[in-house]
Amino acid sequence: MLGYLPIAIAYGVLAKQAGLSLVELTMMSVLVFAGASQFMGANMIAVGAGAAEIIVATFVLNFRQFVMSLSFMNRFRDIGRTWKVPLSLGLTDETFAVSSLHTKEAREDKGALFYLALLLTAYFSWIAGSLLGGVLGEIIPETLSQSMGIALYAMFIGLLVPSVKKELKVGLIAIIAMLINVLCSPFMSEGWAIVIGTVLGGLTGVYLLKGESES
Amino acid sequence: MIFAIIIGMSLVTMIPRLIPVYIVDKIKFPDWINRWLNAIPFAALGALIFPGIMSVKSGEPYVGIIGGIVAIILAFIGLNVILVVLGAILAVFLITVM
Repeated sequence: MLGYLPIAIAYGVLAKQAGLSLVELTMMSVLVFAGASQFMGANMIAVGAGAAEIIVATFVLNFRQFVMSLSFMNRFRDIGRTWKVPLSLGLTDETFAVSSLHTKEAREDKGALFYLALLLTAYFSWIAGSLLGGVLGEIIPETLSQSMGIALYAMFIGLLVPSVKKELKVGLIAIIAMLINVLCSPFMSEGWAIVIGTVLGGLTGVYLLKGESES
Repeated sequence: MIFAIIIGMSLVTMIPRLIPVYIVDKIKFPDWINRWLNAIPFAALGALIFPGIMSVKSGEPYVGIIGGIVAIILAFIGLNVILVVLGAILAVFLITVM
């Protein structure tokens, strides 16, 4: 979960160079807590996009988390709502990916505590990392900070590859989602293409994951 | 102004995360929907990675692709996510300075 730290630092550096103050970029991490959206938000602020435009783009980009949250909550049927609300708010691409790889804890007694600890660690390292990145943003050279744009993607790859090694079909699902995303890209915004890629790509799992133990 | 943007972003981030809490209880999904929802994480990661990775450096898609390949190799040999991320950053840095 500490894998968050380099991404958060990368975000902080980029946000600082996009012209956000330290307070602003840290508050964004505290209140928004969504890696990809914050990268995008900082980027749009830098190019002078309007508030409404940024908020709508964030909503569209985040809509995938509605689907993720649905998938996530489906595993927590037995846990009370007092737990589910904070758990749902801590859901991000990264925490979702990590928690998806630890599904058995959801059925254990202290399962909710396990996830809460996971999310809180992620949350605080995200905030601390952003602040640190913001401070570093003033001193590190631009070529290095530009290179940090890869951080988010490298993390997604780092999360996906171990599952693919375990179960090749999973890689096929991911690749189909990528292709759908590419096919959709010319016709719609990036956020919607990701939503459609995720939903339709996931549908292939209905067939591909068939026959796996339904534990 | 920036704070208004942040608050707006915060709301549109929280709402989609919160709604499923209230609807999942109400319905029992058939088996195929469960399988669908289980496949969502992998599909989401796939869609998030590509083609977005090509925009790491604007106008030079191969930079992101090479960084991605480095990340795949590092992850495949079983390195920790932090090392995968640091390795990819280093690779992209080396490409851009050369």
